[in-house]
Amino acid sequence: MRLPPGLVQRLAFAALTGAMIVVALPVVGIVTMMIVKGAPGLTAKLFFQGSQALLPAIVGTVYLVLLTAAIAAPVGILAAVYLSEYARQGPLVRAIRLAIVNLAGVPSVVYGLFGLALFVMMLKFGRCLLSGSATLALLVLPLIISASEEALRQVPRRLRDGSLALGATKWQTVRRVVLPNALPGIITGLILAISRAAGETAPILFTAAFFSLTHPYPKSVFYPVLALPYQLFVMSTEMPEVTTTSKWAAALVLVVLVLGINAGAIVYRARLRRKQRW
Amino acid sequence: MRKTTQRIQEWVMERTITLAGIAAIVFVLLIFGFLLRDSLPLLHTASPAALLTDTRWLPTSEPPRFGLLPLLLGSLYVTFGALVLAVPLGLGCAVFIAEVAPPRWREWLKPAVELLAAVPSVVFGFVGMLMVGPWLAERLQLPIGQFAALGSLLLAFMAIPTIVSVAEDALTAVPRALRDNSLAMGATEWQTISRITVPAARSGIIAACLLGLGRAIGETMTVLMVTGNAAVIPHGLAGFMQPVRTMTATIAAEMGETAYHTPHYYALFMVGLLLFGITLVTNMIADVIVHRAGGVKL
Repeated sequence: MRLPPGLVQRLAFAALTGAMIVVALPVVGIVTMMIVKGAPGLTAKLFFQGSQALLPAIVGTVYLVLLTAAIAAPVGILAAVYLSEYARQGPLVRAIRLAIVNLAGVPSVVYGLFGLALFVMMLKFGRCLLSGSATLALLVLPLIISASEEALRQVPRRLRDGSLALGATKWQTVRRVVLPNALPGIITGLILAISRAAGETAPILFTAAFFSLTHPYPKSVFYPVLALPYQLFVMSTEMPEVTTTSKWAAALVLVVLVLGINAGAIVYRARLRRKQRW
Repeated sequence: MRKTTQRIQEWVMERTITLAGIAAIVFVLLIFGFLLRDSLPLLHTASPAALLTDTRWLPTSEPPRFGLLPLLLGSLYVTFGALVLAVPLGLGCAVFIAEVAPPRWREWLKPAVELLAAVPSVVFGFVGMLMVGPWLAERLQLPIGQFAALGSLLLAFMAIPTIVSVAEDALTAVPRALRDNSLAMGATEWQTISRITVPAARSGIIAACLLGLGRAIGETMTVLMVTGNAAVIPHGLAGFMQPVRTMTATIAAEMGETAYHTPHYYALFMVGLLLFGITLVTNMIADVIVHRAGGVKL
């Protein structure tokens, strides 16, 4: 027996809509739960008092991600400039692209092992802000390269040709014409990388993060730090004495921080696309 | 004089930029090199045969046993379960967003799904531990709220954004003309989707699933928090309802308490090397599939 195509289509579309609902509903439900259970815990005490106070952890995460961006941005942006402006198609470019794809796929905990072996032990930085940021920088590097390359490629050819025709050298063209025009896209990529780094736990487990330090604010890059995702991990796995409301509140703070940065980048990008001059 | 300075500057910048380009290759090789350097000394303690056939992971017993099998099987169980959920749901969502949803929905559905990818894995673990796990354990009459299938369920929601994002791009890249021709021949929309659009985008769809696999097998904090961390070999379907321990969770849980340069430390790097190898191969295959296809075949 063959079903009429119209009916088959209706069944198929119902199944597809069903898939979307099955994915969307739990997400909406959990977000709602998180707000309902976490919001009452957002008190001054949560941020300022006790060994699990969130403020030092938030500050630690801010230090970590800013240093991460400072390390990863120059390498990532220059690598993108190479791929988009300087490289000629060939085995080297193919190898670089494969390497980027693989870097993006390396599990975050493996970055943690690498950071432990190289930064903490071999270079003797110890478990500190610098080791953690350097490890996170490697993790976000593929993200920054891809976003920057896309931004650079969207700069129209004629702008480059115009600059070169006026006698500018290649690097002058890149620095004064191509990079400024690609800057908004590059910045979006950087913000997304920062939001990724802010939520990662596994890479900083053995390279930077501590729980409840006597000096919670690092004095230099060689000091250990607290980090919000690690704080949430320890609070939820090893501290039964912390109230459930405080735990939900901590989770809410982390989600709002990470998704807030992320959504900011997406909105910024959407607005730029509308304003683009070419 | 100015010309010379300029030429030197050009030369220096070109070299610097090339070096930055090559950096990605250097980093991959460095990671591989350090994983090798700190895992190979384990072979003084345990033979490769013992690593692969020993059914127990007892790193702190005397003598220690470093069977990788329970960890590998734990990872495969959790990942397989995640893919069983994530592939149909993810592809369904991708087709829905690309082909079925009204354009106005499309504009915000994809960013919303991609925002889901940005949720930190520790938050997934937290929600699984405090809410989903206990709730499921009560419904399914399980003794504890930490078991393999719970990890699979949460990982599925972490792999779905990857699958949706990549597969939707592949579907959108199918030329308009293919669809129009099919519709003009009198095919229904669903016939066009199932026999023209989806087959034309198949390389991208396969790559999407492989990337989802890579995401799931490398996920650490979520599985560490919800799968119970018992290093036993899972058996049959019942294994999904029991605690397991994955490779990633083992590294995360044990490296903090291990003295550097001991057999246990080397063993954890060996687990890392194995993980690195698995994700490397998965990503290579995904990349080859995407590039060999060279876009859409007509």
